[in-house]
Parts: sequence; structure tokens; C-alpha cells
Amino acid sequence: MRRRTGRLLSGIALVTSVALGATACGGSDDDSGTKAVSAADVEAALDKGGSITVWSWEPTLKTVAADFHKKYPKVKVNLVSERSGDKHYTALSNAISAGKGVPDVAQLEYFSMGQYALTKGLTDLSGFGAGKLAAKYTPGPWNAVTEGDKVYGLPMDSGPMALFYNKKVFDKYKITVPTTWDEYLDAARKLHKADPKAYIANDTGDAGFTTSLLWQAGSRPYKVDGTKVKIDFQDAGAKKFTDVWQKLIDEKLLAPVTSWTDDWYKGLGDGSIATLSTGAWMPANFESGVPNASGQWRAAALPAWAEGDKASAENGGSALTVPALAKNKELAYAFVEYANSGAGVASRVSEGAFPATKAELKSTEFLNKKFSYFDGQKANEIFAASAANVADDWSYLPFQAYANSIFNDTVGKAYISGTRLPDGLKAWQDASVKYGKEQGFTVEQ
Amino acid sequence: MSTSVTTPAATAADSGHAKGAPRLRRVKAHRPGKPRRSKLMTALMALMVLYTVVPLLWLVVNATKTQQGLGDSNGLWFADDFALWDNIRDTFTYHDGVFTRWLLNTLLYVVAGAGGATLLAVLGGYALAKFDFPGKRGVFATVIGAVAVPGTALAVPTFLMFSKMGLTDTPWAVIIPSLVSPFGLYLMWVFATEAIPAELLEAARMDGASEFRTFFQVALPLLAPGIVTVLLFTTVATWNNYFLPLIMLKDPDWYPLTLGLSAWNSQAETVGGEVVFNLVITGSLLTIVPLIAAFLLLQKYWQSGLAAGSVKE
Repeated sequence: MRRRTGRLLSGIALVTSVALGATACGGSDDDSGTKAVSAADVEAALDKGGSITVWSWEPTLKTVAADFHKKYPKVKVNLVSERSGDKHYTALSNAISAGKGVPDVAQLEYFSMGQYALTKGLTDLSGFGAGKLAAKYTPGPWNAVTEGDKVYGLPMDSGPMALFYNKKVFDKYKITVPTTWDEYLDAARKLHKADPKAYIANDTGDAGFTTSLLWQAGSRPYKVDGTKVKIDFQDAGAKKFTDVWQKLIDEKLLAPVTSWTDDWYKGLGDGSIATLSTGAWMPANFESGVPNASGQWRAAALPAWAEGDKASAENGGSALTVPALAKNKELAYAFVEYANSGAGVASRVSEGAFPATKAELKSTEFLNKKFSYFDGQKANEIFAASAANVADDWSYLPFQAYANSIFNDTVGKAYISGTRLPDGLKAWQDASVKYGKEQGFTVEQ
Repeated sequence: MSTSVTTPAATAADSGHAKGAPRLRRVKAHRPGKPRRSKLMTALMALMVLYTVVPLLWLVVNATKTQQGLGDSNGLWFADDFALWDNIRDTFTYHDGVFTRWLLNTLLYVVAGAGGATLLAVLGGYALAKFDFPGKRGVFATVIGAVAVPGTALAVPTFLMFSKMGLTDTPWAVIIPSLVSPFGLYLMWVFATEAIPAELLEAARMDGASEFRTFFQVALPLLAPGIVTVLLFTTVATWNNYFLPLIMLKDPDWYPLTLGLSAWNSQAETVGGEVVFNLVITGSLLTIVPLIAAFLLLQKYWQSGLAAGSVKE
């Protein structure tokens, strides 16, 4: 999804090799997750007070931290938000390896949770009673933060996918909003023919986007059971995806612009990139990154792989976790619970966050919210419907960050050379298998 | 370096003159009477000017735009709205004025790091130029070798060392490595050799001045142009330093401007992150203003010092 994931693992690898001696400190803390902590213990800790450090770039946490402090005046929340993406993960892995400077609460994107959970970097929150919160969350995000009956974090937001399209461009060339990916392909041809400078979408090879579409197409390339991993990109779902996407690539219907660059923001603003299939968190980015196109864009359901099929997928989203080396776990859990399950959720949603909690997704206030950026469209209805249709049996690799980092060396070739997309996926599979084996996983193909 | 644009005639005249008296007014005094024009050189120079000025122009033009204007307008011309003052105000107030904090951090690193590096280079260069001691050739070889090693290559080993010493994530982690400037030392060494006549030092000693007094009252004033040059070199290096603080610092409260602006820029890569390209651009412009001012004020010394280093050896 984000290009920064590419550099993430190299950073982690560097740091792990760097802090050879320090890993031992982390190991002694193995049992930290299993002990039960009662609500009374947490209350007592809140009364006693103290301070916690929170590493998160989620903008809506600022208000939450202030409100939390107002409610528990003895607890000081030190929110560190200047780092995001790879810098955040590098710093976190650094701190964990060194065994000091570890924050009490850390934001983790869903794809990276397996990695930290497996290396015993996170506290199992089931001891705090987090398991009881399962029913509050939509299945996709909850599945992402749990492993068996272990709970490694509470979902902060989610990214059920939707199709964002530039209505002005669509109207100009009389293109109807596609409901299937085949129609999408036709729309792409029609648009590019009418205006050679305009493209239906941008794509230069993006691991997060590809895995999300595979997810939607019913492909399940990764099967994970502890340290046993199976990787296979040859299933029927994957074929559905590669058939359509290969045509988009062959006919040069995708703008050669990488997401999250300034070129991308510009393309979204000037009509040269006409659609965007991504998570429901996108409106906030539209508003701040592409203010000049306000009123031109709309949201629609993600095109389906077959007529009438409703399946959707998640793209992005993150959780708040408590690292195993956190000093103040009771306070940390209290904060995570407040922000992602308690009063914090409403405050964050009102500031534009897309929730992972069922109650908020169902509330009429949420569903009736009119997005002025989308010219008054009630876009949340579309997003909420998408969230309800996300299949919850998807899993990422326990080394997904590394796998994503080599996406462009394997699948990415299909975008710039004669490599076919299925061959690219096979190369990605082989490289991931090889790495998994080197890391001591039992890998099947 | 920009010396490549000097006309051949001027270069010949310069080097002929340099043998006689390596004084500081050399460049000015030697204006060739009838400058020969070379079309090729003029064209190359014009290209060079474009190459260096266009990015600067882009920065100035785009610092006047809002985030909306950046998306709407041509990159090389102004947008309809002129928002420079708003941008500057927002840059200083965004995130509770963290930009000011980063600016002060950068100043701290420059004053302590570049200032310290210059002091050490002056002391060392003077000693190497004017005293004979065993192992001098070894020091020479080491310094020359160290000039060839880029600081970036040493950053990771330095990080490991500092990590063991518990100095990472403190200002010291940025200041201490900045104190070492092999190039500055070499420059001061060459400069001191030429600028301070041995007779002068002998005379001072004859009159009973202590070594420290000789250094501070006799040698130092003569070294002033060289000191300014080294100070500028190290200031620019420290001011623009990105990689060293990147791996040393975790706490955003200790970020220098370079890291801070990069953090703002990467907000655009983040879900829910506020896209503030306008503040990144304005912040970048504000960041280079002090450097430009330093260059304009001190360029006389800068030029002469540069030449002093390039002619010898």
C-alpha cells in the first residue's frame, strides 16, 4: 500500500544485526503476556498515576491523549508523532533490540503485527481481558490483531476498500461507474482513448494494493500456522486478478506514477488519474492533499470480480499495541482501551478516522455524515457496506514487511518489462519462500 | 567545483602569480586586461547558472503557494494566491511551533559542532605547520587518508560505538562526530604554513612571548581568512547533515531541521497524515536563508581561503 514498506525491513535487518548482544534482554521477558491483570489493578495504576510514551502518527490521537489526561489527571501521555512508516518501525525495532527507550504504546499497521508478535516484541493483552472485546470489532481487523486466543493489540482503524472516482472526468467522457473489473477495464480503454493524458489509475507495482485485490478476488496466497507457512500464488483468485491487470499493463492504461508521491497528489488533482481503489481512510488524505479537486470526486463500491459478487477487502489500517518491554503496561493498556474501545473512538471518528468498531459503523450519525469533499455524498454508507463484506480468513506473512520490500524486484518487473504478471508473482513467491526458510520457518509452496 | 568556469587566460595568469606571493587580494588584483571570450565557456557557464539557480527559483516561487495552489499551478510560476506570509507563519506555528525547536537544535549543533571543529582544526593545523615532532609524517598520512573517507560511511560504526557508550539519542551523538573535520585540519595546516612566516614566530619568542600568547596574538589574526573558510565549510556540513542525526536520534525533540522537514514531508505518505507540502517547501526556504546570508557576508574570505587550499600541494 505504501512505498515506505520497501525500506522497512532493510532498516529492521540492519538494526537487528547491529544490536546482536542486546537481543538477550528481550528474551527474558517471554512470560510477560500470560499473567492476568484485573480491571482493579488497572484502576489502581490509573489512580497512582505516572507517565506513558505513545509512538503513533495517527493525528486524531492528539485529542484522545488530552481527554485521557483530563479524565486521569495523574497520568501524563507523551505522544510522539513525528515519525511514521519505515522511520517508525526502524526506531521501534532499534529500541526493542537495545532493550531501552521502548515506548509504552506503539502503533502498528496490520501487515506488520505478525512480525513483531512472532519475535515476542508485543505484550499479549488477553491477560488484561482484551479477549472479551472481540465482539466490538469488525472481523477483518480483529483477525489481524489476534493469533489463536492471544490478542496483540486493539484495532485503531480499518480500511475497507472502495472505488474513488473523479466524477468530473467520468462525466466529461460519458463513462459509467464500473461495477465489475471487466467494466473497469473497458472504462480504462475508453478514457485513455478519449484523452491520451488521462489514465484510469496509477500503478507502478504496489505490494499492499496487489495483496488487497488478491484478497478481494478470493485468493489466499498465505497460510500461516505459528512458524509453519504456506505461500502459493497459483490459485483461481490470483488468476482472476492477473488476467485483468495484465491487460491494463499491456495496453498501457495505468499511469506510471507511484502512490504517495507529489506527482500522485498532482495527478489526483488534475484529472489525469481518474480512479483510486483504496481503503476508506482516504477521504482525510484527499482533503489535505488534493484540496484543489474538492467536489470532483465520489466514492463507489469496489468493482467486483463477478457480476453481483459483493466480496471486499481491507487495505491498510493499524492497531495500538503494548510492546513487551513497555515499562508501564497497566497504564498503557488503559490508554489503548480508552482510545480504541472506549470514549476515544467517538472522538477519533468525529475527527475523520475510519473506525474498526461495529457500533460506530452502524450508527446513523456516522452513516448519514455528508462529505463536503464528495459534494455531500454519504460515503460512509458505501464504506460500511464494504466493511461488512470483508472476508475474515485472510492472513499476512509473519515476515510481510520483508516480502513487501522485494515486491518491486519481482512482481514490479511486470510493470516495466516483458515479464508476465503470473511469472512475477511466482518469482515473488520463490523469493519469499527462500527468505522464510532462511529465517527458520517451515515453508511449503 | 565552480573553478571550472574560470577562463583559461585567467587560470594561467593566476598560477603564474601564485608562485610569487600567496596573498589574499590575488584574485582581485589580477583582472586580465583584455578578457578573451569563449563561446563554449559562456554557454557552459549559462548552463551552470541555470542548473544552480532554477531549483532556488522554484523554491522561492513555490513557497508562495498554498497546498491547493501547488496542485493547481505550473511549478515554475506563481499561483493566483500569494501565501508566502501565511506559509511562514504556519511553518512556525504548526505542531505547537516545533519548527522553532528544530531551528534551535540545528543552531546548537552548528555552534557546538562546527565551532568546535573549527577550533580543533585551527589548533591542530597550526601545530602541524609550525612545530616539528616525531610522527608528523604519520599524522599527515592519516589526515590525508581521513579526508578521503566520507562521513556517511563512518555513521554506522559510530552509531555502534555510541550505542555502547549510551550516547545515542542525545545531542552529543550529533555534536561529537561533527567535531572532527580532517579536511578543515588539512586546510588550516596548508594555510598556516603559508600565512605565518617562521621569522615572525621567532621574533615573538625572542621577545619572551609564551607559546599561547604567540598563538593567540601573533598567529591567530594572520589565520583569520583560513578560519572563516573552515568555519563556513563545517557550518555548511553540519547545517545540512541528515544521515548522522537520522541514525543517532530517536527523539523528535532533538531533531535538526533536516530531519524535521523530512518528517513533515513523509506525513504525505501516511494514512490520515496531513499533507503539508507547502510548509515543507517554505520550511526548506527558511532553512537555507541563514546559509545564504553567511555566504554573502563572508564570501570574500571564502574565495580566498578556497584558493589557498587549492594551490598548495
